[in-house]
Amino acid sequence: MPKKLSPQYLEMQQRIEATAKGMGLDMFDTFYEMLDYDEINMVASYMGFPVRYPHWKWGMEYERMSKSYEYGLHKIYEMVINNDPCYAYLLESNAPVDQKLVMCHVCGHNDFFKNNFTFQHTNRKMIDEMANHATRIRRYIDWFGVDVVEAFVDRCLSIDNLIDVDSPYITRKRKEIASGETSEPLDRKRELGLLPNTKEYMERYINPDSFVASQKKKLEEEANRQKKFPGEPERDVMRFLMEHAPLERWQVDVMDMMREEAYYFAPQGMTKIMNEGWASYWHCKLMTEKVMDSSEVIDFADKNAGVMSTSRQQLNPYALGLALYRDIEDRWNRGRYGKEWNECDDMAERRLWDKQSGLGREKIFQVRQIYSDVTFLDEFFTVDFCREQGFFAYEYDRKKRSFLIDTREFETVKKKLLQQLTNFGQPLIAVLDANFENRAELLLQHTHEGVDLDAQYTHETLRNVQAIWSRPVHLMTKVDERKVLYSCDANGLTEKTIS
Amino acid sequence: MSLRIQNDHARFKDIVRGKIKQNLKSYIKKGELIGKQGKDTITIPVPRIELPHFRFGGKSQGGVGQGEGKPGDPVDGEPQEGEGTGKAGQDAGEHGLDVELTLDELADLLGEELKLPRILPKGSELVTERIKYTGINTVGPESLKHFKRTYKQALRRQIAVGSYDPKNPVIVPIREDRRYRTWRIDQKPQANAVIIYMMDVSGSMGDEQKEIVRITSFWLDAWLRRNYDGLQSRYIIHDAAAREVDKDTFFHTRESGGTMISSAYRLCADIIDKDYPVANWNIYPFHFSDGDNWSVDDTRTCLGLMRDRLLPVSNQFAYGQVESPYGSGQFIKDLAEQFGKNDKVTLSEIKDKDGIYASIKDFLGRGL
Repeated sequence: MPKKLSPQYLEMQQRIEATAKGMGLDMFDTFYEMLDYDEINMVASYMGFPVRYPHWKWGMEYERMSKSYEYGLHKIYEMVINNDPCYAYLLESNAPVDQKLVMCHVCGHNDFFKNNFTFQHTNRKMIDEMANHATRIRRYIDWFGVDVVEAFVDRCLSIDNLIDVDSPYITRKRKEIASGETSEPLDRKRELGLLPNTKEYMERYINPDSFVASQKKKLEEEANRQKKFPGEPERDVMRFLMEHAPLERWQVDVMDMMREEAYYFAPQGMTKIMNEGWASYWHCKLMTEKVMDSSEVIDFADKNAGVMSTSRQQLNPYALGLALYRDIEDRWNRGRYGKEWNECDDMAERRLWDKQSGLGREKIFQVRQIYSDVTFLDEFFTVDFCREQGFFAYEYDRKKRSFLIDTREFETVKKKLLQQLTNFGQPLIAVLDANFENRAELLLQHTHEGVDLDAQYTHETLRNVQAIWSRPVHLMTKVDERKVLYSCDANGLTEKTIS
Repeated sequence: MSLRIQNDHARFKDIVRGKIKQNLKSYIKKGELIGKQGKDTITIPVPRIELPHFRFGGKSQGGVGQGEGKPGDPVDGEPQEGEGTGKAGQDAGEHGLDVELTLDELADLLGEELKLPRILPKGSELVTERIKYTGINTVGPESLKHFKRTYKQALRRQIAVGSYDPKNPVIVPIREDRRYRTWRIDQKPQANAVIIYMMDVSGSMGDEQKEIVRITSFWLDAWLRRNYDGLQSRYIIHDAAAREVDKDTFFHTRESGGTMISSAYRLCADIIDKDYPVANWNIYPFHFSDGDNWSVDDTRTCLGLMRDRLLPVSNQFAYGQVESPYGSGQFIKDLAEQFGKNDKVTLSEIKDKDGIYASIKDFLGRGL
C-alpha cells in the first residue's frame, strides 16, 4: 500500500519547498507517496497514474520494468504527474540523500508544469479524469466483452500520435461556408475585393479587368476548396475519425478518451528537454547551495553524474537542458546577447565580454514560461554552445552497416536537432480528402521532411485506420525519393509509385 | 496485497502465449531455442506485440550525439536508452520482445498446439512421500505449537470473558488456547521414464540430418519431461558398431563408416535389461537413421531384436527416418511391412526441417 511520508520526510519536504519558493519557484501543492519497488513499477507502467483503464500494454511495460529492475539495469528514482495538487512518488528503498535529490528535482518539474505555456490547457484534475476513463472503459468491457473493446482501444492507441499538437494554442483558420448565391451588385463588388469607386469612368483604372479576373479566379478556387472535404488538411486525424467515421457511440466515447489522454501527454513530449533541464537545474542548485549536508556530497555527486552522463548515440535531455539553461543564465548575466554581441567579430573582445547585466536568473524564468523544445533550441542552441558541448550529427552508413559521425558543422547539427523535435518527434500526417476518387475513401498525406516512414509500422497502422474508417484508406508519402501511395482495403495493402 | 496491474499483466501474458503458439511451427523449424536454454527457462523472441504507429524509420533518421570523434568514426553500435532517472513509458520499445518461459510451459504450449494426449504412466510401485503442514489442531506435540495462533486464541478468550486490560496487555494462554500445526503425508506415485536415443552416424548422415535429429529430440525430450518427473536420457550412436555416449558427443560426432543398425538395437536392449526393470520404468527407444542399412541380413536381425527384446518392454518404439543426400533408405519400409499394425511402433519420415513439426505429432500423438 502506498504510504504517506514519515515525519522526517515531511519535514524535509517542507524545508525544501520553502527554500525553493524563496528562490522564486512557483509550485502547486505536492503530495508525496512512498512506494515499494513493485508498486513504483506499477505506477510507472501506468505512466504515473494510480488508476488507468484495463489494457495489456501496461502489463507489458510492467513486465519490462520489473525484469530490468531485477537485473539491475534500471531504477526509477522519481515520478511526478502534472496535476493540481501535484503527485509525486518516492521509492522506499532509496537512501535519504536520494529522496532529497528527488524532492528538489520534483520542485523543478512542478514549477514547470504550473508555469510553462504548453501546459496551460492541460487538465489539472487528470488523476480523477483517468480514473473516470478507467470506469467507463470497464463498463464497456462489461457490456461488449473484453476482446471487442480491447481491439478497438488498440486501434485508437495506434493512431494516438495523429493529433494536432499546436491546436490548443492557436485558432486554425476555418472559413464560414459562403452563403447565398444571389447578391446585390455592391455586395458582389465587395466580395470580389474590388476597391470602392464612385466615378464610373475611373472604374477601369481603379479596378482593371485583369485584377477583376484574378480576383474572380481566386474566389472560384476558394469555392472549389470548400467543395473538397475537409477544406483544409486536417491534422487532428483522431477527431476527424471520431466525427466522420461510422462508429458506434461507445466507440466514439473510447476514441474521445484516448484523444484526450494523448493531448494531455503531448506537452510533456514537446518540452522534454526544457522540463528535465529545468528540474535538473533546480535540483543541482537547491542541493548544492541549500539542502545538502556535507556528508552527502559524494553520494549526490555520484548520482548526479549518472543522470547527467552524455552518450555518443543519444541526447540526454537532462544534460542538454541543464547546459542550455546555464548557458543562457551566464550569457544574460554578462550581457552576451542582442545586436551588439551578435555583430562583434573580434574574438578577443568576445572572450572578455562582460557587461555585468546580471539578468540571468530573470531570463531563465522567462524562458521556462514561454518556450517549448523547438523554439528553445532554435533560439538558444548557438554556434558557441554547439562547439563547447561537442555535438555532432550521425548518419547510418549502409555499406558499413553502422552509424557513423557525419559532421560537426553547426548548421547540420542544429537542423537535425530541430527536425527531431518538430511535431514532438512524430511524422506530420493529415487528412487530405475524405472522398478520395469520389468513393468515400480516406486519403492521408505524410508531409515528407527528409525521413522515410518505417514501412512495417506504416502497413500495420494503415490497417488499423482502415478498420476504423471501414472504407479503403490511402497514404501518400515518399520512399527513397519516390512518391508512393499506399492503399489499404479490407483485403490487404498495395503500394504504387505515383508521379 | 495483489497489485491492480496483475490483471493487465496476466492479459499481456495470455497474448504472448497466443503469439508463441501461433508461431510455434517456425520456432520448431528454426531450432533457435536449443542454443539459448538456461537451466530451466528458455528465452523466446516474440514477434512484435507492441502497437504500431506511424513513425520514422530508425536507420534513415540518423541523430545527434555528443562526445569525441572525427567525421567518419563509428558512433558505437545502436542507439540505446540511457541509464538513470526518467519518466517511464514515453518511448516506443524495440521491435521484438524476449519472453522467458519455463520448459514446462513450452511443453504445454507444444501439447496444446499439437493436441497431444497426456501420457498415462505405468509403474506405481515407486512412491515418493512428502510431509505437508495443512492445518491447525487443538492437540499436538509441543514442538509444533503455533505461537501466533495460540496467543490470538488467548486474546480472543480474554476479551470475551472481559479479563483483557488494554492498559496492561498481558495475555496468558491456558490449555484450551493452545494450537498446533497438523500435517498430512502426500503420497505421489513417481513415474519413471527413460528415453534411449539412437542415432545413425554413418557416412551418409550429414550435418543437416543431425540438426534435424537434434531439434526433433529436443522437443520429444521437452514433452516427455513434462509428463514424467524422473526422466532419464541415454544416448547411443552407431555406424557399423554401436557405443553409448554422452549427450554432447551424441550430437557432435563426425560421421564415418557403414551402417549396422542391429548393433544399436542390441546395445539398447542390453541397457534396458541391465538398468531399467520393465515393471517400474516407462521405456522409449527413439531411433534416427537415414534408413540405409548395410545388408538384408542385418535388417532381419534388427527385426528379430525388436520383436523379441525391445517391443515387449517399450511403451513406444519410434523410428524417424531422415532423408539424406543419397535419398531415403529402405529400412522404414521393412519396418512398416513387419510392424505396420503394431500399436507400439511409430514410424515417421522427416524430409527436411519443415517436416519436424509433423513428425513430432507422429511420435507423440498417440499418448503411449
